This record gives sequence, structure tokens and C-alpha cells, in this order.
Amino acid sequence: MSWLRLAPIVTVLVMIGPVGAGLLATIGPAFGIMPGLSDAPAGLAVWRRLFDMPGLGQGVALAAWTGFAATALAFVIAVLFCAAWHGTATFDRLMRGLSPLLSVPHVTVAFGLAFLIAPSGWLVRALTGFERPPDWLTVHDPLGLGLIGTLIAKELPFLLLMTLAALNQVPAQRYHAMARTLGYGRMLAWLHGVLPLLYPQLRLPVFAVLAYSLSVVDVALVIGPTLPPTLAVQLTRWFADPDLSLRLVAAAGAVLQVAVVVAGIGAWLVLERVVGLLARRLRGAGWRGRQDAVARGLALAPALAALTLTGLGLATMALWSLATSWRFPALLPQDWSLRAWDKVGTAALGPTVALALAASTVAALLVLGCLEHEAAADRKPRRAVLWLLYVPLLVPQIGFLFGLQVLLVWLGADGGWPAVLWSHLVFVLPYVFLALAEPYRAWDSRYGRTARCLGAGPARVWLRVKLPMLLRPVLVAAAIGVAVSVAQYLPTLFAGAGRFATLTTEAVTLSAGGDRRVIGAYAVMQMLVPLAGFALALGLPAWLYRDRRGLRVGR
Amino acid sequence: MRNAILGLIMAVLAAPAALADGWDDVLARAKGQTVYFNAWGGSDTINAYIAWAGEEVEKRYGVKVSHVKLTDTADAVNRVLAERTAGRDSGGSVDLIWINGENFANMKRNGLLHGPWAESLPSWRHVDVAGKPTVVRDFTEPTDGLEAPWGMAQFVLVYDQARVATPPRTLAELAAWAKANPGRFTYPQPPDFLGTTFLKQAVIGLNGNDPRLAEAASDAALGELTAPLWAYLDDLHPAMWRSGRAYPANGPAQIQLLGDGEVDIALSFDPSEAASLVKNGQLPDTVRTFVFEGGTIGNTHFVAIPYNAAAKEGAQVLANFLLSPEAQARKQDPRYWGSFTVLAMDKLTANDRARFDALDLGAATLSAAELGKALGEPHASWMERIEVEWARRYAAGQ
Repeated sequence: MSWLRLAPIVTVLVMIGPVGAGLLATIGPAFGIMPGLSDAPAGLAVWRRLFDMPGLGQGVALAAWTGFAATALAFVIAVLFCAAWHGTATFDRLMRGLSPLLSVPHVTVAFGLAFLIAPSGWLVRALTGFERPPDWLTVHDPLGLGLIGTLIAKELPFLLLMTLAALNQVPAQRYHAMARTLGYGRMLAWLHGVLPLLYPQLRLPVFAVLAYSLSVVDVALVIGPTLPPTLAVQLTRWFADPDLSLRLVAAAGAVLQVAVVVAGIGAWLVLERVVGLLARRLRGAGWRGRQDAVARGLALAPALAALTLTGLGLATMALWSLATSWRFPALLPQDWSLRAWDKVGTAALGPTVALALAASTVAALLVLGCLEHEAAADRKPRRAVLWLLYVPLLVPQIGFLFGLQVLLVWLGADGGWPAVLWSHLVFVLPYVFLALAEPYRAWDSRYGRTARCLGAGPARVWLRVKLPMLLRPVLVAAAIGVAVSVAQYLPTLFAGAGRFATLTTEAVTLSAGGDRRVIGAYAVMQMLVPLAGFALALGLPAWLYRDRRGLRVGR
Repeated sequence: MRNAILGLIMAVLAAPAALADGWDDVLARAKGQTVYFNAWGGSDTINAYIAWAGEEVEKRYGVKVSHVKLTDTADAVNRVLAERTAGRDSGGSVDLIWINGENFANMKRNGLLHGPWAESLPSWRHVDVAGKPTVVRDFTEPTDGLEAPWGMAQFVLVYDQARVATPPRTLAELAAWAKANPGRFTYPQPPDFLGTTFLKQAVIGLNGNDPRLAEAASDAALGELTAPLWAYLDDLHPAMWRSGRAYPANGPAQIQLLGDGEVDIALSFDPSEAASLVKNGQLPDTVRTFVFEGGTIGNTHFVAIPYNAAAKEGAQVLANFLLSPEAQARKQDPRYWGSFTVLAMDKLTANDRARFDALDLGAATLSAAELGKALGEPHASWMERIEVEWARRYAAGQ
């Protein structure tokens, strides 16, 4: 199976090629190189203009603050929740509630939470007796607290699931039990005994969250500060400004945005060290933290709040989709209708599903190739390879998408199916890899050896033994790929020459009209498609293997 | 000499025939083309109108129309720019753009537009060039036939008469009303075009429509004419929604605030927008429209063809249809869109005029007489300078 050796190379090229070329094509304009523009300033003039833009410094500071605070808080909440509740029924219940949120687009969560916390929103309607909405600055608050809250609510499920996946790879139970026998309380035993083992595997997911939070645009537009907005929002505006020479400033801003992300990751690495040292001091002090009942309650509260608020927000969006009008201070819509649902383009459903299936299938095949190659060679990939895998998640989209568009036009590939599929693959691949790698590596190779002893060739072993045993994780990984593909907006737009209508592009263009009812209807649709994927991924193996007890899911 | 004159006469006589020939040629080449019409897609009524126009054009001329729905006109401009950068000077992916103002001026300046073609469209003869000078001067920039007018817009204010007894009819009254009703007025954050239009309206109003506003902004004029604007805003902002510490991102977000009851007065650049929002339930039926005394800014929106468009002839056929009395009358009908026509009633046949006379504009829409005088846009340079200064003063943080 020598073609297997090609799988990692193809995978990396598929992912890194566009990002690298896109970045290069962004750096050019940042230094005044843009053949399409006749009134382009040259060289460093672009950078001088960038640093003269009003509100730039504030925008960078805001991006750093909101991105860092959101990531740190989400991480701390996730870790404390795991420390306090891992292995309990409460933990399982909450995870079941949180997992579906993984497939909800960020901006939908933002719309939902914005409608909850606005002075004319649902919480004020439910909890106060105002006849007119009070003039409170909750949405778009200058400190970005709403933005931070939304990011936490959305990233928490991702971090928890990544933690859960990592927990399966280390002997967490044994270490935890050992720390308990040393007299540590439940939480401290986990923090001292399990977390240090776990953390190296969480680092990259955390960086992905950090990079995303530092450069997020759509969520910040809905709920973030406006005077000035964060850097990413500012440079998106410049990309859209009628003054074409601002495109160059935007390109320079995109390079600055990449620098902010790099600096953010650097700062996180420093923080890591500091926390590590403090934890060692704490261990040396010998405090056992045996009375942690209150702390466990406190650790549950933020996770529960995130789940409740997000759920409420999404429920209100679903209600909006059924409303004709819903005016302040009514708790429920005054008039109901299905009109918004008529506007949901069913025409977009077909391409959305086809694209998502194609992208996740290709991604799953490539990832299976990589992992099988790795298993055949019997060695784990080096750290550097993992980093490569994360590049599309670490580089801000705005930093390379314009360049990618130029590249695709130059290749004559824009506007077609293959280009859109490729652009989706860039983002689908890393997630599919992350989801599949650990279960695949954890497969007990003795099954394979047994089958070989019975006379089966490698291909037959793979097809008849390994794949059936791993069908569930493979399908779950593919379902995650579907969810990621369905949520893509900018890549679809840029690679599809705007001609490729998916649920998400339709949702985003129609939300430009600000009609909450239509936004609500699309939000529900955007949730349903990935959920259907997950249901299939879980239901199909259960049905196929209904008569094989050993392949049924435990618990 | 005589030959020259004779030749000139011949040329003049032959012109209409040549025009018709040229148009037949365009029609012939357009047949079978697919026109990618890049237009803002945030309103399903407008989307439905474009879909209708596309069906008609396909039925009558065999030209397929595909509406590329944009969140921002800049997306299409960026696409053309990317194609120019990558060296694709023909066979481009954008055939027709819904455009005006700065986007047009910048594309024109950078040579990104095809033409001139607009004034040789058969429908051009109905256009009200004399009565609506903005159909050939887009934000004072001469269109030079590089774009065809599509519709008229005028700055209006929208209020809820259940909450505002007498709407403020001047800038001074607006400031006084805002102070008496703190937190109930705001405008979209510049450089959103609606927010910027409010600033331009204020500059014109505070300076009695100074003629220097129609020319490129000089530093001296800028300082002199914008000083009253900043004084006015410094006075108004503390009384505004969120005390001026946050702004809605754009027109739709601001309309949402009106629907939620957070503000009582909102801005619009479409005199019939309020009526259609009332009709579909987004705004309460107590919403009405008003304008400032002394007139408000009016402008025209256009369609333009990028220099590298693949279906230039098909795009012209579509533009010509959009400009026809039939399509313009439907566009002005609030049931389908409600945007005012660019055509001159006295240039139409009696039949075509009847289409317009039959329209019922709805309670929330002002009549043409009530709308009053449309003021010209200031020169595009004013907009850019004012946007930068606004950001420096109010959006740069402390």
C-alpha cells in the first residue's frame, strides 16, 4: 500500500497550499504591490496610513483583551468543571446538553444572546416591569463583555469535548485515584494529578480558540464594541470601503492581525510557564483542599449558565422564526406565522448538503490514509506535523482569503465546484483529523494481528476488522466535518465567486436585512443539518451492529 | 466644406438607424448569455423583484439572469479587483453591479468599468435627465454613460406616531426633541452610508446648502463648513441612544431598534421602506415617514458593467429592461418594491403613464409633493473627509 505514503503529503498540500499562497498574496498589497489598482501608494506608505487610522491602537487592545479573556475564561471554566465533575452523572448530562451546541454557527449564538441581554430583549422583558426598554449599554458594550461572554459560551463545548477526548488517552482514573489516596480533595487531585498529563494535548485546541477569538468578525459585529470596534472588524470594513486604496491598508491590517495572533500565542506560552510555576509552589506547600464541596458548586455554575443562556438564546431565535411581530414588552410573540420559513431557500439545501458530504468524505478518506500510514509505519507524527495541521485554524481567515481569491482567479478555478470544495476542505480537514486521530490510534492492533494469523491480507483486515470496529468514530468525525462545512461563509463566498448559494451564505446575506424572523428560521436550519449528520453518525453503526454486542456503545 | 456638412447631415440622419442596428446586434449576441447580477441581497422583496426581472428577460430575450446576493457592494468590487490583480481582463465573473456613489467613483477612477453604453440603451429616451439631474451625476461625479440609472432614493426619517406626537422638522428641532426624550434617537455608525448621509444632511442644513459643498473639499472649506457639524453633534450625542457610546451597525440594525421600541425615530434612504416594513410586520402600523423642511438629500442608484464582464451584451439587455416603463412601474409599486422611478412622466406614452398613476403608495409613504425638494449630494470628497474626521473624533476611543 505505497499510495498510503502519499496521503500525508496530499493532506498537507491541500491545507497549507491555499493558506500559504493566500498569505503571500496578502503581504504583497500590504507593501503597496497591487497591480489591479492604479492609485496605489507604494512601500511603507501603506503602513504609515494604517497606523494613522483612528482607533487602530484601541482596536488592537480590544482584540487582545477580548480574545485573551474569552479564551482564558473558557479554558478555566472547562478545566474546573472537569476537575470537579468528571466521571459523574452530572458531567455526562451536561456534556449531552452541550454537544449539540458545537454544530451551531457562532453568529447564531451571538444573535440569540444579543436578543437575551439587549435592554429590549427577553431577560429585561421577563425580569422587569419596564414599559419602554431602558437605555442600558449591554449589547456593544465598550469593554466587550458581551463579546467575551458569547465566545465563552460557544467555545466551552469545544474545549470540553477536546478535554474529554484527551482524557481517554491518559490513565486519568488511576492518576486521579492515586492523588486522592495522597489525601487531595477531588478537584485538587484532578488539577495536580491529571491536568499536567492532559495539558500538552489541549494546547493546540486552546490555540485554535485563542486565534479565533482574537480575530473573530461576525460575532463582534453583532455583539462587540463599536467605538472603536476590534481590529478584525475594522479591517473588514476597510476591505469593504469604497475607497479602493484602503484595500492595501486592510491588507497591512491583516498582516498586523496575524502578528496579534502570533503575539497572543506567545503570551499564552509565557502565561503557561507562570501558572506552572505557581502550581508547583502550591504543591510544595502541601495544601490538600479536602473541603471542596462549595468549590465544586462554583465550578458547575458557569458551565450551567453557559448552557442555559445559549439554549435560551437559541430558543428565542426559534420563536422569532414563527413570529409575525414580537414587540416590547411581550414575553411571547403577539402574532404567529410561518412566513419566515417560506423564505428559507430550499434551493440552497441541496448544494449545502452535497458540499458538506463531499468535503467530509474527502477529508475522512485523506485522514484515514494519513492515520493508516502512521499505523503501518508504527510511529507517531512529530509535533511539527500537528502544528501544520492547525495552520488553517491558527491563521485569521481575513489574513489569507483575499490572497486565496486572487490565486483561484489566476488558476481560473474560482466559481466552480472544485474550488469551493477545496476551500471547505482547508477547514474541514483539521477538525476531522482531530476528531479521528485518537480513537484510531487507540484501536487495539492485536485484533489485526489475530486476523492476519487467520490468513487475511492487510487490505482485508482493514476492511473487515478495523473499519467496522472504528465505524462509529469515523462517522462522528465525518459528521463534525459536515458541521464545519455547513458553517463556512467567507470561504464559500470567496472561492465560489459569490455564485454558490448555501444555507449559510443565504443566511448571512439575508441577515444583512436585519429581519430577526428570517435570521431565526435560518438559524434553526443551520442547526438541523449538522444535527441530522450527528444523528446518522450515531444511529447508523448502532443499527448495523444491532446484533453485535461487542460493537455496541458501552454505558 | 460642403462635403463635410453633407457628411454630418448624413451621419445625423443615419444615427437612429445605426443605433437600432447596434441594439439588434447587442440583442443577438446577448442571446444565450448568463448575466451574473451582483446586487445586495438583504431584502426578500427586492430579491423577488430581481427574480421577476430575470424571468422576464429570459422569456423575452433568451438572456439568463443569476442574482449573486451580496451583503455589501464592496464584495463585487473586490472580486473585480482580484480579477484585475490576477490578470483576468476578460471573461470576468461579475456582469452587472448595483452601485452608486463612492463605489462608482472609485471604480471609474481605477478604470474598472466597461463603457460608455448606458446612453445608447433604447430605454434611455424615457429617462428624466432634465428633472432628475442625479441620473447623470452620481454624487456629483459625471456618469459618462458608464452606468445606467435604476431608481431614485431620498433621505427620509421614520417615526412611530404612537410615541412621537409632532416629529421634529428641522435639525434644531431634532436636537431639542432628543434632549426632551433622551436615548430615543440614533444614527447608524459612519462609514455606513446611511449614517454618513445623516452627517451630510446636517452639513447641508447647518450651512444653508453652501455651493462649496458641490466642489471637491478644500481644507479651508472643510474647516469652515464642518465646524457647525461637530458643534451640533457634540451637543446631540449625549442625548442620543446609549448617550452616543454605541451605534447601530447599519440601517437594518437601526430599523430593528425602532421595531424593538428602543428608539422612536429612525433614518431611511428609501421613502417607501417604512410602508413595506409595516406591511410585513417588522414595524408597528403606527409608523409614518417625514422629511426636514428645506428638503433632504436625494440620489440615484445605478447598474454598471465591470470592464472584464463576460456577458456585457446580456448585462445591457437586462439594464435596458430594468429601465423600461414596465419594470420601473413595478419597481415603484410598494407591493413589489416601492422605489421611485428615474423616468420622466411626460416622456412616456399614455399607457405607460397610466401604470404609474394607478399605484397606491400606502399610508406610511409621503407623496412626491410632501417629499419636497431633493437636495444634491455633496461632492464625494466631502463624504470621505467627514467619515475620517468622525472616526477620529468619536470612534477612536480615549
